[in-house]
Amino acid sequence: MPEIFGVPVVVLLGQILLGLINGSFYAVLSLGLAIIFGMLNIINFAHGALYMMGAFVTWLCLSQLGLNYWAALVVVPLVVGAFGIVIERLFLRHLYRIDHLYSLLFTFGLALALEGLFRYIFGAAGKPYPVPQELTGVFKLGFMILPIYRAWVIVAAVTVCVAVWLVIEKTKLGAWLRAATENPSLVTAFGINVPLMLTLTYGFCVGLAGFAGVLAAPIYQVSPGMGSNLIIIVFAVVVIGGLGSIGGAILTGLGLGVIEGLTKVFYPSASTIVVFLVMVLVLLLRPSGLFGKEN
Amino acid sequence: MIEDATRLEVENLHSWYDESHILHGATMKVSKGEIVTLLGRNGAGKTTMMRTLAGVVRQRKGKLVFDGHDLMSTPAHRVARLGLGYVPEERGIFSSLNVAENLVLPPVVKAGGMSIEHIYELFPNLKGRDSTVGTRLSGGEQQMLAIARILRTGADFILLDEPTEGLAPVIVEDIARVLGELKNLGLTIILVEQNIQFATASADRHYVMEQGRIVDEFSNEALLSDMARINAYLGV
Repeated sequence: MPEIFGVPVVVLLGQILLGLINGSFYAVLSLGLAIIFGMLNIINFAHGALYMMGAFVTWLCLSQLGLNYWAALVVVPLVVGAFGIVIERLFLRHLYRIDHLYSLLFTFGLALALEGLFRYIFGAAGKPYPVPQELTGVFKLGFMILPIYRAWVIVAAVTVCVAVWLVIEKTKLGAWLRAATENPSLVTAFGINVPLMLTLTYGFCVGLAGFAGVLAAPIYQVSPGMGSNLIIIVFAVVVIGGLGSIGGAILTGLGLGVIEGLTKVFYPSASTIVVFLVMVLVLLLRPSGLFGKEN
Repeated sequence: MIEDATRLEVENLHSWYDESHILHGATMKVSKGEIVTLLGRNGAGKTTMMRTLAGVVRQRKGKLVFDGHDLMSTPAHRVARLGLGYVPEERGIFSSLNVAENLVLPPVVKAGGMSIEHIYELFPNLKGRDSTVGTRLSGGEQQMLAIARILRTGADFILLDEPTEGLAPVIVEDIARVLGELKNLGLTIILVEQNIQFATASADRHYVMEQGRIVDEFSNEALLSDMARINAYLGV
């Protein structure tokens, strides 16, 4: 059996694939965070909690309303996005013009409140969510057995990320968003309703977190703490990719998932900290992040 | 009914940046088809006047009527939709957009805007630069792009803040030629300008600003025949 550094290639490939699955979640979440930071100048600490909310709404859709996974894939991002829009309208928009610290504290508080609320209502234990029937089964790849659902997660996440990137980089709407990030008052003077655009952007990015929550429900246990476990890593991803860099967030998310997977093979006990080691290295060598623009 | 040619009426206009009170009761009028300049020393409030008219500065008081619309109660993003185009002093070319994206960024607000072909005729330097990053253009080209993107929107009242600032004489000539063409097209323009020669080349009237007020007004002929008076204001 072929080996690399004494590790069978089969094991290596398997871990790379698993890493890509985690990386898919990192990518979708850090993409939303990067856009929110770039456009609204807000560090959205509630992103993990909104992802958790997405997973819970998915679970509730099935257990309470009988809405299946495919319906949830559409409904949940809309519900979570609408929740985000309310939050933006009621609270966040008052914080744009003052210090970052306030929005950071607000979103952090919101995350704690949401987590506490879900824990109070549903308890801390994880809720199982079945893999949708159409996606049960496995692909036999020779070097590993890949559950079809996990392959779907990678495909769905990468598709969504690429689509969002294309919209931002290649369309007129994207040009407005980029311009408003640079100089909102001039874009307003050109006749574009920037406050409305900010509201919709926040709603959309939060909807993306909800979408990630739907994808996660059949893989991870649906539990109130699932977001806070992930959000710290996702922040590291955004910092490594470069604050505000959309493409950077996507590539870094997937890449770090793979690095984490590989670390599990070579030095398992470091796998939980490797992302942060990379972050320290990147901050030392390239403080603006791998894909960030120097100021 | 007698047609009222007045397009913009500014009366006792005050405006502020946070605590600092910049405009102190400025009053002026601009009629259809006129090119009117704002002259004055640095810090007289010319740029603030433009930013207040464009709706960028929101802390303001007084009367501001444009084509019969009360601008004081018009949300910032609606001002452009009335046909008021703003070319800021800093040009405002976006570094995250290429030339083509910069050019088509402002939404079309009125019929009769310039076609892209016409724009390239007027500004041949912009042709073939579509994929260049906006801020990689030279200063003069950025200025042309900033003007061109407003002309495309169909705005027929243009606020042009120091278009020649920091540009080489040959580029200034280019921009003067463009201004002449815009005048022929019947556009109404408020021009902030330090370069008197440039200002007098195509303007009809001149207002002088001092300490946030309009303190004097000249016709172009009056200005040309009495340069000593304007020089006294400008401290030249």
